[in-house]
Amino acid sequence: MGNKHVNAIIVGAGAGGGVVAKELSVAGLSVVLFERGGWATYDDTDTDELISQRTTVLGNAYGPDDQRYRRVMANPDGSTKIVLPSEGGYSNNAACVGSGTVSYGAMAWRYMEEDFKLKTTYGPIEGSTLEDWPITYEDLEPCYEKAEWELGVAGDDSLNPFAAPRRKPQPMPPFSHNREAQMLHDAALRLGFHPFPIPMLRNSVPYGGRPACYRMRTCVGFACPVNAKAGTHNTVIPVALQSGNCELRTNTVVSEIIVNEQGKITGVTYFDEKNRKQVQTADLIIISASATETARLLLNSKSKFFPKGIGNDNGWVGRNLQGHAYTGAYGIFDEEVYDDLGPGASVAICDFNHHNKGIMGGGLLANEFIRMPYLFSNIRPPGAARWGAEHKLFQRLNFKKVAQVAGPYQEIPNFEARVEVDPNVVDFWGIPVVRLSGSRHEKDVEGCKLMSEKAELWLKEAGAVYTWQSVGGKGLSGGQHQAGTCRMGNDPKTSVTDKYGRIHAVPNLFVADGSLHVNNGGFNPALTIMALGYRVGGYIASEWLKGNRFK
Amino acid sequence: MDKQNKFSRRRFITLSLVATGGMCLLSRCVNPPLSSWRFLTGQESVLLDALVEQIIPADEWPGGRDAGVTNFIDKQLVGPYTRYQESYRKGLHAIQETCKTKFQKQFENLSWEEQTQFLKKMEAGKMEGKAWKKGFDREFFELIRNHAMQGFYGSPRHGGNKNNVSYKMMALDYPVIIGQNRYKK
Repeated sequence: MGNKHVNAIIVGAGAGGGVVAKELSVAGLSVVLFERGGWATYDDTDTDELISQRTTVLGNAYGPDDQRYRRVMANPDGSTKIVLPSEGGYSNNAACVGSGTVSYGAMAWRYMEEDFKLKTTYGPIEGSTLEDWPITYEDLEPCYEKAEWELGVAGDDSLNPFAAPRRKPQPMPPFSHNREAQMLHDAALRLGFHPFPIPMLRNSVPYGGRPACYRMRTCVGFACPVNAKAGTHNTVIPVALQSGNCELRTNTVVSEIIVNEQGKITGVTYFDEKNRKQVQTADLIIISASATETARLLLNSKSKFFPKGIGNDNGWVGRNLQGHAYTGAYGIFDEEVYDDLGPGASVAICDFNHHNKGIMGGGLLANEFIRMPYLFSNIRPPGAARWGAEHKLFQRLNFKKVAQVAGPYQEIPNFEARVEVDPNVVDFWGIPVVRLSGSRHEKDVEGCKLMSEKAELWLKEAGAVYTWQSVGGKGLSGGQHQAGTCRMGNDPKTSVTDKYGRIHAVPNLFVADGSLHVNNGGFNPALTIMALGYRVGGYIASEWLKGNRFK
Repeated sequence: MDKQNKFSRRRFITLSLVATGGMCLLSRCVNPPLSSWRFLTGQESVLLDALVEQIIPADEWPGGRDAGVTNFIDKQLVGPYTRYQESYRKGLHAIQETCKTKFQKQFENLSWEEQTQFLKKMEAGKMEGKAWKKGFDREFFELIRNHAMQGFYGSPRHGGNKNNVSYKMMALDYPVIIGQNRYKK
């Protein structure tokens, strides 16, 4: 028996799709929300470092699995390599309800005003597709506010002089610092920096029917055992389901967007939880599958009307793949700076996020999340032993004496960093897989270097007796912060969607995830992806209520 | 195994489960294997013991061998690391062949210092002989090094880090109790 026709299909129940599902179903649209994974819980892998979403050597805690998924990495010399989800370079995002928002570090950043107009701020950059967004910060501000209040954010932006203006404060008070962050906070003040507590999608006090954070060391990379961390899985998706208008189909893999004989988008084909091929039709479709998978689905949907894939007439789908070059420094202190007050990251500065001489953009700098024992075994100063007695001694003596300051450097958009579909390799369901190629812009390294110098300076002021830099490299970006592959813009020739996330010239097909980002900010992107979910979902809902059926 | 045997064996398992309250591992109780390893041969395990002890030597705290790192690797080689089976078989063999040619000894019988120097050469990609071509020396060294670290510093549920030894060494309390674990100062 066929599936019942619905108003809207949403592909992907992550940061973007979860929000859209709530906006549409509460507005009365019937919705089917597809998710390739299932519900993840803390008990699946509890505090196991080797199967987390941060250290994935034995697999991803919340998917995808190594058995059914793969991608192809194309090297600069033209050679290719198959990569598994548990291997570096795959650019993985969790395959579960809530996706990355289940196990992220939960930083809740708004981008700055400059981030929406990089070209105006910095002028064109050679070898870059730098462009202003078709929307301003002011346009997105109400959506940021909605995300902060509906999911729950702890923070106080009034302490950050570089924060963009806001109408309402964040709903919960900020977190207190652990020992390391307090030392760095004091040092930042001495240096004339402007430290403040990192805004978090994590409860500092009970909020939204969920308890306050217990401050475990195993936070980033893990689900929260008490639901103090807010993701779409424990906030907006339950609201969508309670509306009675949203059906969540877990463990389903959408393979193609269906185009009818008139060239209209009518639905999707997908594989259900028993791997049977099915069809779901709808009035409109929203793709929120992440920058890699959204691009893949569009590119895999070829027809006589869309011979290069949907939205790809000008070859922009999959282009400008960005993540973040993580860059910073480490410092060893005489005394223990570690007090086991998780999750670790809590103090930040935005003094070097924009307006750095000779550098485009910049990024926040913050103390890092607590490094687990295996991860720490790979953290050593240059020249230090990588194994043997000395290595072991370092682990014992310095685990609690090392602090790390790092930040996500805003990458310069680069047309050649891209997602394609591989002509040969398919996944378990026979769907052509993502093929990744390209590298970062050559000037990114200069920006990373500058930020690492500032991070090292900060650690020294805090009392580190030995410091070293870890500078972001040139390799292809992507990762959990993946963005940019379906850029929004006013000119259909140089963008994929309009300013509401609608694919140019396709009335009923939208994108709502990091793919839309024209550039990725010097910040973790989750809150911006959620805000865009509210923008796209809110636009569709209000149009629908006015009678627009997107035909 | 014929049907009759299969049946009686299953019955025996059922009976022994009842008798022991299900406490014993079935394969061990019923049919003790010649080697307790899942992928490794007995000889390979002796070599791997020596290798992981070099990567993480015993000091005041147990080293890789006593922490069960070999068991961790063996377990993963029939699980998530099935894809590395060939590298291990080939690499462990190549180490012994190289030692035989050069020292007329097995790796595990070399002096501690000789072993260390051997591994440093592997790490630097300076091994001779056709078994080590195309950078396999460095590649295999990195594999063992990384897997040893995982076995020693990862969760004991994967077969290494016996008795939470690395966590104790680093003064980290485990298991993490939901809520704040505080150390005694």
